[in-house]
Amino acid sequence: MDGLSDLIRRKSASIALIIGVFVFWEVACLIGGISDIVLPRPTQIIASLIQYWPAIRPHAGQTLFTTLAGFGIGVLIGVAFGVAIGSSRLAYDTAYPLLVGISSIPKVAVVPIFVLWFGAGTVPAILTAAIICIFPIVVNVATGIATVEPELEDVMKTLKASKWDILWNVSLPRAMPYFFASLKVAVTLAFVGSVVAETVASNRGIGNMMMVASSTFNVPLVFAGLFILAGLGVGLYAIFSLAESRVTGWAHRKDLAVT
Amino acid sequence: MTLALAKVAPPPDDGMAAQETGSPETDGAARVSSARPFIEFEKVTVRFGKGDKQVQALSETSLAIAEGDFVALVGPSGCGKSTLLKLVGDLLKPSTGHVFVGGRELGATPIRIGMAYQNPTLLPWMNIRDNVMLPLKIVPPFRSEFSAKRKTEFRDRVEALLAQVGLAGFGDKFPWQLSGGMMQRANLCRALIHEPDLLLLDEPFGALDQFTREELWQIMQDLWMSKKTTVLLVTHDLREAGFLANRICVMSARPGRILDDSPVAFARPRGIDMTYEAEFVALNQRLRSLIVAARGGTGIVQAGGH
Ligand SMILES: Nc1ncnc2c1ncn2[C@@H]1O[C@H](COP(=O)(O)OP(=O)(O)OP(=O)(O)O)[C@@H](O)[C@H]1O
Ligand SMILES: [Mg+2]
Repeated sequence: MDGLSDLIRRKSASIALIIGVFVFWEVACLIGGISDIVLPRPTQIIASLIQYWPAIRPHAGQTLFTTLAGFGIGVLIGVAFGVAIGSSRLAYDTAYPLLVGISSIPKVAVVPIFVLWFGAGTVPAILTAAIICIFPIVVNVATGIATVEPELEDVMKTLKASKWDILWNVSLPRAMPYFFASLKVAVTLAFVGSVVAETVASNRGIGNMMMVASSTFNVPLVFAGLFILAGLGVGLYAIFSLAESRVTGWAHRKDLAVT
Repeated sequence: MTLALAKVAPPPDDGMAAQETGSPETDGAARVSSARPFIEFEKVTVRFGKGDKQVQALSETSLAIAEGDFVALVGPSGCGKSTLLKLVGDLLKPSTGHVFVGGRELGATPIRIGMAYQNPTLLPWMNIRDNVMLPLKIVPPFRSEFSAKRKTEFRDRVEALLAQVGLAGFGDKFPWQLSGGMMQRANLCRALIHEPDLLLLDEPFGALDQFTREELWQIMQDLWMSKKTTVLLVTHDLREAGFLANRICVMSARPGRILDDSPVAFARPRGIDMTYEAEFVALNQRLRSLIVAARGGTGIVQAGGH
């Protein structure tokens, strides 16, 4: 009971803060007489959200789709590489420099290449989202797997456990907290990737919609697009946070012990 | 040497049990006269690294351990005790020489091994029962029956073993709900649940307070007396070595080899009080001065020294 009321108190504080920011924004725009071409007020943004909703919806759906598709591909590839790199010294030494090299490329720069190969549209957005979220997943999964206590590994090896036994029973469960932490980061990064790609080379998606809106100086609609992105991002983050606390509660055992 | 050991090996009550079952020759005598000891080191050298940075951990070490024996390994820090244990566990290959277990060269030997370190390394996402059960999931022949028996026979087995080490009723708890001493008990259970032929212990009680440690010595003794597993124990605690082992091997400073090999002939079951008797203290002091000398000290027992 105590924990619950405490939770509500903490949540209510952050909700109050969010509302406060929007109220401040609204009031500052009104008092300062800031034009909606420069910075529309939240109420104007919400109004245009409602007004253009039929037009916004397919774009939002498209962005959500490309992001999740890219994220899914990124997770599959990221986990595969993470497991391979984390469980073998040789693979680690061999592949790590390449991964660091790839990760240091600004991902936006690969969009034109994807467009060249696959044409403008959905595919570059998916691929950009995928490539941008692979790296944090690889690094985290590999770290989780590579940091299994050597003593535990010895115990498993004296049991004549195969590599697969060790991976399945020890390394993978152990890497789960790392994996979920990276998922939360990766899903927000995937949004960055897909929106950037849509902005540059697509005629669908929130990124494209914002480009079009800004070229017609429909600034409230541009901000409406931002709101949608923020909403989607927060929603996915929340989903993965929830999944994380369900699957890897044991990693936050101190918290569990207190409540 | 091995003959002397064989005389020490069978603890009183089990010696009687063996006679009752009508096979007095199965323990000790028969085994010594038969082909080979259970574990045999033949001029084993281990080197780590290459070139200038090369470290020689073991130097032409030879050692023989009879089946069912309880051997403690003591020596200065860094002398290669853990290395020797890893060789037996097939976690490391000798640079030169040979290690035989069960009469066969390592790796080819289908014996069951249990291992416990100072760090209990229980899996935090599993409760104690599942942690202890882990070897049954991996080691044949239990492996193939695991899904069928995990809720019945294996579960009972785990509970029985937990009860033996004083953890009855803790199967549902998670490792973080246990104290260090309790985790170490669970760790011992995990090392024993698959009925290993050989138990390798690397300072398993090193991180515990003295009273918990002494309690676990007694539990360990009881477990050994009931299971007759061959045990190789690495420890820094000479009282622990003397209390538990049938035989204490002292290693030299690095590169390690066996300096001294003493039988411990006290009758079992041994009590903690025994460790304060004159004979026991004398053994301890002798071992201590050997180790001090091996460390490069004077060999003179310094008051209050460790
Ligand atoms: N993987 C390794 N690589 C390089 N050197 C090693 C390795 N393992 C052990 N050594 C070296 O071998 C020597 C013996 O190590 P070992 O762990 O066997 O000592 P120990 O007797 O168990 O010491 P302690 O009592 O402190 O645990 C040490 O000098 C150590 O530095
Ligand atoms: Mg050691």
